[in-house]
Amino acid sequence: MDDDLIIGGEKFSSRLIMGTGGAPSLEVLDQALVASGTELTTVAMRRLDPASRGSVLDVLRARGIKVLPNTAGCFTAGEAVLTARLAREALETNWVKLEVISDERTLLPDPIETFDAAERLVADGFVVLPYIGDDPALARRLEQAGCAAVMPLGAPIGSGLGIRNPHNIELIVEAAGVPVILDAGIGTASDAALAMELGCDAVLLATAVTRAQRPDLMAEAMRAAVRAGRAARLAGRIPRRRYAEASSPTHP
Amino acid sequence: MNVIINGSAHELPSGATVAQAVLKLTEAGSGIAVALNDEVVSRGAWDSTTLSEADRVEVLTAVQGG
Repeated sequence: MDDDLIIGGEKFSSRLIMGTGGAPSLEVLDQALVASGTELTTVAMRRLDPASRGSVLDVLRARGIKVLPNTAGCFTAGEAVLTARLAREALETNWVKLEVISDERTLLPDPIETFDAAERLVADGFVVLPYIGDDPALARRLEQAGCAAVMPLGAPIGSGLGIRNPHNIELIVEAAGVPVILDAGIGTASDAALAMELGCDAVLLATAVTRAQRPDLMAEAMRAAVRAGRAARLAGRIPRRRYAEASSPTHP
Repeated sequence: MNVIINGSAHELPSGATVAQAVLKLTEAGSGIAVALNDEVVSRGAWDSTTLSEADRVEVLTAVQGG
């Protein structure tokens, strides 16, 4: 079945977007990325450490995976815009996962700073994918501001709590004209399947795979879950009923 | 003169360029970006951008994250 994900005019056959954070080594990360089948993967921008050996970029290049820089660690729109511009310079991509957090304890996205940064980055020619709370109103405003996708959280980053407010995710999906990518909170495969069943266009996850006991196996599970959830969404689930509806003839 | 490269003080000859500051950390030609006092300096301008005393140079690269 031809069912490509299209973001900013670019086609992806995988609807699983991976992060690279939390993997114990580049070898483990490499195996997990391959098992996940991902074609788009996030990286963070940090000060160059002359002592570090090997680069996550080498892994992504060798596997032909498109790099999606994020602005993780930024608390203000100004920091995020500078980080995005540095990423564009270093990685030769105008794509950015915009992430502006409000505090270290929850890592929840700051909606005011995020919106401000999104407007500035769109005006500067970036393809902007903002990480946001599960807020349908903000999602709509960011789409109107020219963002290429919206990325509502299921639960706080790294929490593995799944999708805390499926109803809001459905409301975001209903109203969206750009891809909705469920980002953050995924703990296990059923969470990823649920995101797709709710109508999300893709899932972004990292910790659930990179910190699993067997990252490559969990990556494989996520790949299958995203595909299953997508197929179920397209197939159209049966309505929920209070009482039974016989599936065998009731008369002899 | 003294400039701050990634948070540490470095001694560079007066009139030194951004390119010379980058060489203090790495000879890698790709995958890095530079900010001078919170403004991006594009790669093409590294050789022609000169530094002043107490300038802050940030040299960034991609790491695992997100």
